[in-house]
Amino acid sequence: MPFSISLTVNGQPNSIALDDPRVTLLDLLRERLHLTGTKKGCDRGQCGACTVILDGRRINACLTLAATLDGSTVTTIEGLAEGTELHPVQAAFIACDGLQCGYCTPGQIMSAVGLLSEGHAGNDPERVRELMSGNICRCGAYQGITQAVLEAGQILSQNNTAQSRENGRNAA
Amino acid sequence: MNRFDFIRPANIAEAVTAAAVPGSVYLAAGTNLLDLMKIGVTRPERVIDISRLPGLDRIEWLSDGSVRIGALMRNADLAYDTRFAATYPAIAEALLSGASAQLRNAATVGGNLLQRTRCAYFQDTASACNRREPGSGCDALHGENRLHAVLGWSEQCIATHPSDFCVPLAALGAVIEIEGVGGRRDIPIESLHSLPDASRALESTLAPGDFITGLRLPPEAASFAGNARYVKLRERTSYAFAVVSAAAMLDMDGDTIRASRLAIGAVAAKPWRAHEAEAVLVGQKAGREIFEKAATAALADARPSGDNAFKITLAHRILVRALMLAYEGTPKVMPALPASPFPEQHLSAPKADLHVA
Amino acid sequence: MSLETHIAPVATSRYGSNAGQPLTRRDGLLKVTGRATYAADNHPEGMLFAVMAVSRIARGRVRSMNIEAARAHPGVVEVLTPANRPPLFHDPNERIPPFGFRVEVLQDDSVRYVNQPIALVIAETLEAATEGAALLDPQYDTEPARVGLETGVRFDPSGVGIGGTPKTAHGDVEAGLSKAPIAIDVEVETPPQYHNAMEPHAVVAEWDGDRVVLDMPNQALAISCASYAAFFGIPVENVTIRSPFLGGGFGSKAILNGPQILAILAARMLNRPVKLALTRAQMYGPVSHRGQTWQKLRMGMERDGALIALHHHSLSATSAFEDFLEPAANASLPLYASPAILVEHEGIRLDTGTPGPMRAPGEASGSAALEVAIDEAAEACGMDPLAFRLKNYAETEPATGKPFSSKALRTCYEEGAARFGWSRRPRSAGQMRDENGLLVGWGMGTAVFGCPHFPAEARATLRADGTALVETGAADMGQGAWTALAQIAAEALGLEPDQVEFHSGLSTLPDAGVAGGSGHTASAGLALNQAGGDAIAQLSDLAVNDPQSPLFGAGNIGVTARGGRLYRRDDESRSESYAQILARAGRSHVAGTAKSNRDPAIASGHALYSHGAVFAEVKIDPDLGQIRTTRLIGAFAAGRIINPRLVQSQYFGGMIWGISFALHEEAVTDKRTGRIMNADLAEYHVPVNADVPPLEAILVPEDDAIVNPIGVKGVGEIGITGTVGAIANAVWHATGKRVRKFPIRIEDVMSSR
Repeated sequence: MPFSISLTVNGQPNSIALDDPRVTLLDLLRERLHLTGTKKGCDRGQCGACTVILDGRRINACLTLAATLDGSTVTTIEGLAEGTELHPVQAAFIACDGLQCGYCTPGQIMSAVGLLSEGHAGNDPERVRELMSGNICRCGAYQGITQAVLEAGQILSQNNTAQSRENGRNAA
Repeated sequence: MNRFDFIRPANIAEAVTAAAVPGSVYLAAGTNLLDLMKIGVTRPERVIDISRLPGLDRIEWLSDGSVRIGALMRNADLAYDTRFAATYPAIAEALLSGASAQLRNAATVGGNLLQRTRCAYFQDTASACNRREPGSGCDALHGENRLHAVLGWSEQCIATHPSDFCVPLAALGAVIEIEGVGGRRDIPIESLHSLPDASRALESTLAPGDFITGLRLPPEAASFAGNARYVKLRERTSYAFAVVSAAAMLDMDGDTIRASRLAIGAVAAKPWRAHEAEAVLVGQKAGREIFEKAATAALADARPSGDNAFKITLAHRILVRALMLAYEGTPKVMPALPASPFPEQHLSAPKADLHVA
Repeated sequence: MSLETHIAPVATSRYGSNAGQPLTRRDGLLKVTGRATYAADNHPEGMLFAVMAVSRIARGRVRSMNIEAARAHPGVVEVLTPANRPPLFHDPNERIPPFGFRVEVLQDDSVRYVNQPIALVIAETLEAATEGAALLDPQYDTEPARVGLETGVRFDPSGVGIGGTPKTAHGDVEAGLSKAPIAIDVEVETPPQYHNAMEPHAVVAEWDGDRVVLDMPNQALAISCASYAAFFGIPVENVTIRSPFLGGGFGSKAILNGPQILAILAARMLNRPVKLALTRAQMYGPVSHRGQTWQKLRMGMERDGALIALHHHSLSATSAFEDFLEPAANASLPLYASPAILVEHEGIRLDTGTPGPMRAPGEASGSAALEVAIDEAAEACGMDPLAFRLKNYAETEPATGKPFSSKALRTCYEEGAARFGWSRRPRSAGQMRDENGLLVGWGMGTAVFGCPHFPAEARATLRADGTALVETGAADMGQGAWTALAQIAAEALGLEPDQVEFHSGLSTLPDAGVAGGSGHTASAGLALNQAGGDAIAQLSDLAVNDPQSPLFGAGNIGVTARGGRLYRRDDESRSESYAQILARAGRSHVAGTAKSNRDPAIASGHALYSHGAVFAEVKIDPDLGQIRTTRLIGAFAAGRIINPRLVQSQYFGGMIWGISFALHEEAVTDKRTGRIMNADLAEYHVPVNADVPPLEAILVPEDDAIVNPIGVKGVGEIGITGTVGAIANAVWHATGKRVRKFPIRIEDVMSSR
């Protein structure tokens, strides 16, 4: 029963013919769209390596059937940097050495982006640790990850403040 | 994963009709179902995608003081809804102590109610499990069962219900709204999940096609907002299922307990409402002594199902702890580690008064 | 393979130059943008997907499978079973040392552990291959599983670990114990643990005639090529392995395994590229693990705390058909001075997959038991645990008397203890509570890890534009080889790291040896250092013999290489750039090469170890027993530090593995079936972010002119050692409970009131 879904991936609208309803979002991205930045670590929602932003929320792509996503919007690690400019979270991960082998890193970064947009952690490292606990890092880069999320959060909030000040000036 | 027909009904009525056909399952977020399909525990012939059905992802504040939560509301959206969290703080705390932020962003209220057990023998299709395959036996009974049930189990099944969310819901007497082949009906949450009996281990009382559209919290559930906690013991600090957990809610009149709501999690095949303990507390002066008595009453019928006698002790203690914390009052802000026994600021550098012999 | 990227570098990505600088990872840009390509990210044209079917019994034979059902599933191309598996050119029941253990590649219908491959289903899509494997529905003739102490078969080993000695005796331990006024006797059990690298083992195999290209994560490129060549009956140069990034290895990606061989075989059979990635559950069997141990330690002390006898016995588990044993007792050889030391191992065969080296093999399990025993010995002597360790500080290697090449352990103790505030620790247990009423405990452990060295080769080419191309087939599994090795090469070449193009992670490059034993930076680094030196020597020959060069005639005085120029050693005003020297000589490049190894005399004459001291604080809920590590401070001395940023991360990683060993990790086996009941990441607990408190790693300076010419020791594994004991000892200090079995559980520490 082939059917198609329309799915916007990293800003690009796609019409995707699906010959098999069993395809998960993760396998769709990796094996059919060849966006392999999103990683498969457990395929069961137990590690977070496949975290992507779906319709504005971080979720596990491995536990989402592609067939259910008609009309949805997905952002993956490949869609995060703007041109040659890294997203502040990406830059902070490098600066804070919040990665080692790098395999969990795309999921960590997408999760961090989601965390910062959710806005429940503030600048509290304990809240960051708790809210990043859905992303397992076997190498043990957690200290750098936590630090990177905090630093990127500061940069983003400064940017936002600057942006709103700018907007305020323009309005005036 | 087996091949299946993927069906997208336009409305609830279509969904119910479609799902009433044997071999059908509802798919909402899929955080539990898809996992079980991948490991072969569930091999449905028809998957009914209800994730896009309109109107089921809302909180409705009703004029009688009760609240209705749509079945497709996401766990995170419910937990972070300011009015909801302020009114039912133990529910919000339980939700935020479950799974991970990613899973909470996806998982739905209805799916959480029907979350299936984490029993390893249920998940392992090579093992005997009466719950997965009626009549096959229970390999957990003499297997690796240190985290299994201590209440309401039988030789047929010693699995526990894994949900955090359901524990305070059970305590507060949530009502489940169901649309079925025969029409609409309400059942109390205590009647939703089944305990195993001497001959079988049914999971729930739902019939084929039954569609949970939402749940309601009765008006009196809002009277516990000031003294409500959920406490969850885990084998790691986060992203782990409960070893045991407890929801405790008190309606205080000064130091006197006007009413209470108590439930224990991860001790039985259903969230375990502790009516006996609630009765012990009514009209009493709050304090450790009466809380201990209540916990004793709650666990009077507990018995180990295997290598898990320690869970009875823990369940007693976590009930007392939850009551003590509830008595202290609902925290002004959600703790950084929701439901954790570790309080705020315990990571701070040691102070001079650390040595207290 | 190289690190190509089109993303602008981050402003903070460079702090200076060459070795010793905390550069950020050179591969960081690729990794944070999703452009780092791991094995399973490859997708050659026409690729098929393979999925393994695995046994669900521990011993017996596969009686039948429903192969027709699998074949009938739409998209399934082939089902590989013992009945139709093409021949291999090497007997899988024969080893290929050092890392080619006996493997299961459908050689027959026998089953010797749970999750052994019993078939491979190949299909056009991953979904079809997965379901094809599920439809096989194997039926078994089952024999009883031997998975416990009672049912396992014991034996006296001829070796432990990889080439380790099973028994070492020094002095008379029994005599020492019998005359010791104070003695302790400690038993410690450690569970089976699984590497669980985040990246499941995977391979994409593509044949072209009798040549094969393999994308696979691999810690030992050259050794693996030789093994695959043997299995497929082709010359070793016909095997190419591309492994630019490993999604973690921890030892499990150095060892040959059956699933990858089967996928390569399937690709050859079907004449199409094939991809196989194991499921998480399938990593609990065919791809190695840390074997279970039951350890006994006996110690005798004088009244002043001086050790006079140390006996460490480990009963270590292995599979029914292989011999790898966790060399746990050998952890007692290098650390504490005692006139009598006996370490010995016994093996026990269980129906499990074959264990192998897992981050700090032997040292992790052995140190866990030893450091707990040392704590108990200190307590028995009424001494502070640090004072006891200092009392028994080994000035030479205890069992051999060899001098240490360097040992700054005393400084590690001092700096770690000072930073932690150890001097405020009350001696007895159960003395501390925090303001919330939580039990607080402080514990410590000593960290130690040896410095193996592997033969390695490298090539360094100085190019006409003054930059360099440096090549060696190293493996970066997260430790930072892409960065640290490039720094070493840049230093040897007198260039900035960004003037060095570094190629690595590819088997056709010079053999960089094994990424294991914490010896990769030292081994591959030495080869790069010498290759760079060779290139500079050639360049300097050109200059000093060229009358046109300002360096003409400086052959005896010598030149130094710095900043892309050669300088006359006695006159810095006379210098010339590499580009100028090459241009005038009409050379497009000079290529230096090196084959390096350790001078055997160094190892025979010295004890070579990294050292450290770890201090832990735990807090425990007295009623509920939940444990949290709240502070963890390590001080480590490991020779010359090439990149402090990455070294700190290695220490942190090791320390987190220590938390995991102490409090979380355990594969739980059903004794009736041999099945691991938590073969996933939900119930096999490794620490999550919230389990990890603020960590500190103090990098204690240590110069070592002996261990190797670049003075580098290992940092990747030492962090686990010491940490496990430190946490267990902190748990005792908080609760008064000595734990005999890892991981420490809630029910072990909850009060009994």
